[in-house]
Amino acid sequence: MIQFTEVYKAYPSGKEALRRINLFIEQGAMVFITGRSGAGKTTMLRLIGLIERHSRGQIIVNSQNLERVTGNRIALFRRSIGFMFQDHRLLNDRTVFDNVALPMVVAGHSYQETRKRVHAALDKVGLLAQEKSFPLALSGGEQQRVGIARAVVHRPAILLADEPTGNLDPALSWESMKLFEQFNQIGVTVVIASHDLEMIRKLKKSIVTLKSGKLLTAGGEAEE
Amino acid sequence: MNKRRNRNGVTDGFNYKMKVWLSQHNQAFQDSLGQLQRNLAGNLFSIAVIGISLALPAGFYLLLDNAQKVMENWDGTIQIALYLHPEVSDERADTIKQELSGHALIEQVTLITKDQALQEYKQFSGFGDALDALEENPLPSMLLLQPRTEVITTEQGEALLEELGKLPEVETAQFDRQWVKRLIVILHILKRAVVILSTFLSVAVLLIIGNTIRLSITNKRHEIAINKLFGATNAFIQRPFLYSGLIYGIAGSALAWMLLILSTAIMKDPVNQLATLYNSEFRLSGLNAFELLILIVIGGGLGLFGSWIAVGRHIRDTEPT
Ligand SMILES: Nc1ncnc2c1ncn2[C@@H]1O[C@H](COP(=O)(O)OP(=O)(O)OP(=O)(O)O)[C@@H](O)[C@H]1O
Ligand SMILES: [Mg+2]
Repeated sequence: MIQFTEVYKAYPSGKEALRRINLFIEQGAMVFITGRSGAGKTTMLRLIGLIERHSRGQIIVNSQNLERVTGNRIALFRRSIGFMFQDHRLLNDRTVFDNVALPMVVAGHSYQETRKRVHAALDKVGLLAQEKSFPLALSGGEQQRVGIARAVVHRPAILLADEPTGNLDPALSWESMKLFEQFNQIGVTVVIASHDLEMIRKLKKSIVTLKSGKLLTAGGEAEE
Repeated sequence: MNKRRNRNGVTDGFNYKMKVWLSQHNQAFQDSLGQLQRNLAGNLFSIAVIGISLALPAGFYLLLDNAQKVMENWDGTIQIALYLHPEVSDERADTIKQELSGHALIEQVTLITKDQALQEYKQFSGFGDALDALEENPLPSMLLLQPRTEVITTEQGEALLEELGKLPEVETAQFDRQWVKRLIVILHILKRAVVILSTFLSVAVLLIIGNTIRLSITNKRHEIAINKLFGATNAFIQRPFLYSGLIYGIAGSALAWMLLILSTAIMKDPVNQLATLYNSEFRLSGLNAFELLILIVIGGGLGLFGSWIAVGRHIRDTEPT
């Protein structure tokens, strides 16, 4: 569950990236955030994942008021979230296995448990055979799937994906979306920032449209 | 007892927490070893600098320690010689001896009369016959005083010497082995110098380790940010760096120890030769087990502290974007 109440975000430069956002995303929903470049999509995901702090208003994520999540509680909070980025952000000097294992390792899970979950996640994205490869030896689409496996291996309550299909051809994009849908079906709240209106329309999910930091529509169809 | 079993079949409670704790530390330790391996050349360089920085004060300490042993083994204590005026009679000299025996700072007094002095001189100088030709004994009576040990190197010793020199019957008063006394004072000065040197070099070791750790944190910014993004606590990220610092310090100590062994091996033969010439039992010694332990504790402590300083700030400042 994600709730924005009268949320503003101004960056230190003074730039107001989000203005007066009111939004409610139910637990288990799958939501797309769209809008032109610079509209504030990434900023919104950053606020939910506590990568940035909002300037005014209130954000509640999984019944936690984010203002009160400080110090070591930030780390614990982030363990309930899975992140995905357009540029993948994999560790190139670690194997696929180690990359996917990272969220399990930082949370202190046992090796047996970690291995079991990593293998399940890699199996899901079809990369089990490449577990010993290094990211740079994989194609862009494969790297992205490693990113997906890493984002879900620790069974987060919320999956945040920023332009997950930005670099992929339509077929691969569609495959990734189907994967997200599967995670959503087992109860993960999925929030995806994307330009890809055509694909979003096909998926028939809730859409949040931003324009210059303001909310245009919530829950309806995508509009230009 | 009411113990639950969790999914891994490990008993909950203290044992389980202990296991998790141990495995986390084990993993951090492995991580830091991996880090060391990946940049072996650079790390060996750092360890060499640390080792030399630790070897210097430790070497000086050894030198002083050995010098002190030489002083302790010195056969014959330091004495004050009082040369009396030639006209002072043996009886008068004996009275003075009795008086000085009661002095608080003096342990023992020996009187060497004019005749005894002459006999000794004849015996040892080889000028026996020439001296027989003299009508009068030209040598003065002499009192040899043995001051308490703690008096020798302090102001008290000087005061005592001055006090004795003012006695009307005394011509000159001097420390018998002036140079030994000087050596002891010099040793005191050198000890302080070693303390100062050690302090400076410790700070240098701290800075070297701090800087090395800071560099490797900078090199791993990306990795640290991603770890934090997926819920790593600062403590979790810091641990391998702290272990690295500890390893640097301990490896540096080990290197310093080896350098000392090498140095003593080189010095041993000539020093022992010299000792034999002086009929001394003295043998050059290296660090004993306890001193080695202290060296390692100091090295490891500096490593841990240096990395702790670097880690605290730089890891807190590395946030995901
Ligand atoms: N760290 C920052 N400091 C200052 N301004 C920023 C920062 N990050 C983003 N902005 C500004 O905030 C606004 C929203 O940026 P944001 O990255 O959220 O847009 P976006 O919708 O994700 O765009 P895109 O589709 O290009 O990724 C932009 O005008 C951007 O210039
Ligand atoms: Mg963006």
